[in-house]
Amino acid sequence: MGQFSMEISESNFDTAVLKADKPVLIDFWAEWCGPCRILGPTVDEVAEEYNGKIIVGKLNVDHSPSIASKYGIRSIPSLLIFLNGEVQEQIVGAVPKAQITDALSKHL
Amino acid sequence: MKRKVIIIGSGPAGLTAALYTARASLKPIVFEGMQPGGQLTITTDVENFPGFPEGIMGPDLMDLFRKQAQRFEAETHFLHVDKVDLSSRPFKVWVNDDLYESESLIIATGASARLLGLESETKLMGYGVSACATCDGFFYKDKHVIVVGGGDSALEESIYLTKFASKVTLIHRRDELRGSKIMQDRVIKHSKITVKWNSTVDEMVGDPQSGGLTGVVLKDTVTGDLSDFSCDGVFIAIGHRPNSDLFKGQLDLKENGYIITKPGSTYTSVEGVFACGDIQDSTYRQAITAAGSGCSAAIDAERWLESQE
Repeated sequence: MGQFSMEISESNFDTAVLKADKPVLIDFWAEWCGPCRILGPTVDEVAEEYNGKIIVGKLNVDHSPSIASKYGIRSIPSLLIFLNGEVQEQIVGAVPKAQITDALSKHL
Repeated sequence: MKRKVIIIGSGPAGLTAALYTARASLKPIVFEGMQPGGQLTITTDVENFPGFPEGIMGPDLMDLFRKQAQRFEAETHFLHVDKVDLSSRPFKVWVNDDLYESESLIIATGASARLLGLESETKLMGYGVSACATCDGFFYKDKHVIVVGGGDSALEESIYLTKFASKVTLIHRRDELRGSKIMQDRVIKHSKITVKWNSTVDEMVGDPQSGGLTGVVLKDTVTGDLSDFSCDGVFIAIGHRPNSDLFKGQLDLKENGYIITKPGSTYTSVEGVFACGDIQDSTYRQAITAAGSGCSAAIDAERWLESQE
């Protein structure tokens, strides 16, 4: 976990994500997922660059399967961008950083 | 700055070539590509890599490969090569807009999972369609999934998916499987797996914006009849294609896209360019054979560089 991102689980999802006053980028991941390990450091970089402008969270699907299921996650890594409690974007796979920042820039 | 050696690719072949060229003080730079660590990063237990009697997770094994190369100061970058020019030396390699030049080049770009090539498949990738059972199987607990293919990887994925899915249907275009006998027996006898013979997937059905995949349209390869088939997930396991698009028209390739190397060596059709791993091997395609040929490429490159001095 990078120092600019927070751990999201079933217990803090409502307050930290749905009721947030900024755009929220959530990284759905798991230990056993190779491509997630590739994307993890990229998400950390994004979190550092956008520190203060957005909230970046990491959600372990093993620990919080109900959230993954609620949002229809069928492949990880998956990134969801939330604004005012609604999903704005979904990005699937270990994508390059520019694809994440392009998607974010639409909601800043 | 001109380099002695640039390595493209970061699976067992690329990282072994990095280890050897780094130990030979050639200061290699490795462009790892879109999938650092290569195909093993989307597998789970690797049970046939010597030296790990208890087996090891694919991503962990590749982390060890990378660390070992870095210990001797191989530079590794999570960057994708966009273009190469092999027409003159030093060879040119473009990454984004940056140009790198090198006296020699080791190509270890490997292979990727082949897809069916349907528009609906692209649209639903990640929304019910997957090329990686170990990544996505988790999301299909108590669901019905299909696996498309009939070779070893299709059989392995089918069995792996029974850990999660309530039902697995293997869709195969012929009336007999191609995988190894032992895997065939396991699949045929498995209570959760049904094989649908003489069938191909003609279309995938569903909307990525609302719930994703809901089923597929199957085509009977004998009669040509189409039929709807509902399922929650589709896993594609129809083999691999070499990642050689970068080199088309610049290196001699086989008809199926694999790079041609001179027998008993890693020399390609361009002097100073070496190829190792799955990009030049459609026969063995194992982590250990890839690592072995990565070592050969490093030694070939080192000796060739010496001969140029």
